[in-house]
Amino acid sequence: MDEQKIKEISPDEILIETVDLHSAGYRLVAISCTGKDGVELSYSFDKDYDFIHLRVNMDYDTEIESITPIYGYAFLYENEIKELFGVKIKNIIADFHDKLYRISEEAPFKEKEEE
Amino acid sequence: MGKRTVVPFGPQHPVLPEPIHLDLVLEDEKVIEAIPQIGYVHRGLEKLVDKKDFKQFTYVSERICGICSFMHGAGYCMSVESIMGIEVPERAVFLRTIWAELSRIHSHLLWLGLTADAFGFESLFMHTWRLREQVLDLFEQTTGGRLIFSVCDIGGVRKDITPEMLDKIVSVVTNMDKELRDVTSVFLNDSTVKHRTVGIGLLSKEKALELGAVGPMAKASGIRRDMRTQGYCAYKYLEFEPITAEEGDSYARMQVRIGEIFQAIDLIKQCIEKLPEGDIITKIKGNPKGEHFTRVEQPRGEALYYVKANGTKFLDRFRVRTPTFANVPALLEILKDCDLADVPILILTIDPCISCTER
Repeated sequence: MDEQKIKEISPDEILIETVDLHSAGYRLVAISCTGKDGVELSYSFDKDYDFIHLRVNMDYDTEIESITPIYGYAFLYENEIKELFGVKIKNIIADFHDKLYRISEEAPFKEKEEE
Repeated sequence: MGKRTVVPFGPQHPVLPEPIHLDLVLEDEKVIEAIPQIGYVHRGLEKLVDKKDFKQFTYVSERICGICSFMHGAGYCMSVESIMGIEVPERAVFLRTIWAELSRIHSHLLWLGLTADAFGFESLFMHTWRLREQVLDLFEQTTGGRLIFSVCDIGGVRKDITPEMLDKIVSVVTNMDKELRDVTSVFLNDSTVKHRTVGIGLLSKEKALELGAVGPMAKASGIRRDMRTQGYCAYKYLEFEPITAEEGDSYARMQVRIGEIFQAIDLIKQCIEKLPEGDIITKIKGNPKGEHFTRVEQPRGEALYYVKANGTKFLDRFRVRTPTFANVPALLEILKDCDLADVPILILTIDPCISCTER
């Protein structure tokens, strides 16, 4: 089973950390988002079965840089997170502008405030 | 430079069992660029963690897809078991592996049949699916279900397999092995099949790595990556090597999948030979608290399952990254510079599962 190696970073550090992993030959496995009590992004990477995660915690108003300039194929993950959770991700190379899944409801996975 | 034309492909097309749309930018008959559009069947199953408790969610995870159903359930259960520190009985671990490898055979045979159908090779399609029926019959006889059989549970499995049934499984897969040699030799040697696959849809090892390809898509480009080698379920007790090829074309991807069918037959026999006696499920107490990332090797490649639990019976998050989702960028790459006539075969060559992608 994979060992759980999670490194917590701030939103500002995402590009530099990702560049380091890319230079070291790591592959992006997935980007995951949890929308409870703010946004929690997990960037998962692998190299020869060494499985590590970068963890970013932020609020919904914070904007984070896209990692597509480094891992081009991250565009699908980032578009999905943007559309489902309403997370602000800037400079996605192929931005679908919330039309990846064509969902009528805005940010359906975002935690709704109690009325 | 020829005149550029945009040809819409899908969401309905004879080779597509599920809807996906591509805008194909053509110069004469050559594809210059392919722009994907998904989202026709997005169901938001992951969000159901808000309404179904973590035990009920096993059934939801199995319904992500009808082809990879068992492995989705197993991946979810393994994540929850890791969070809760549950030791799954060894017999259950082996039984899971048997069903997982039977699922691999049925998935690859389904793909081979669809590919033959896409070539217009109807008799080959029928022979392939005739063999696949035997696997579905085994599912039915061991679990009661043919596709979504809900046999995996948190802590183990719900059903045992009798010694008589184990003998029958060995007998069926042994006979299938012989018949498969005849059927797959057509895929590998027939000139019309080779004409449509050899040298078509080339994906170099460097590109496969750069685009994050997984499963047979990556293995056919020489990447020796297979999550089973990490020893989850009973794989740590079994002898096998990942099946790979070097050419990176559609033919190589077919070779890898065919190789994996025969490998799965061997793994099933090894499992049955080594199957220990004992319980099949560990009773669970309490609710999970914590998080876990699990990776398994589905027929289409590496799948990621993430579970985050807060100590109540409802999870904070369940997330799955399916292999097809990871292979879309590689698909867009192999479509570049291909002939328009090859597009249907190239889409099939990644073995797309849109239900998985739009879980």
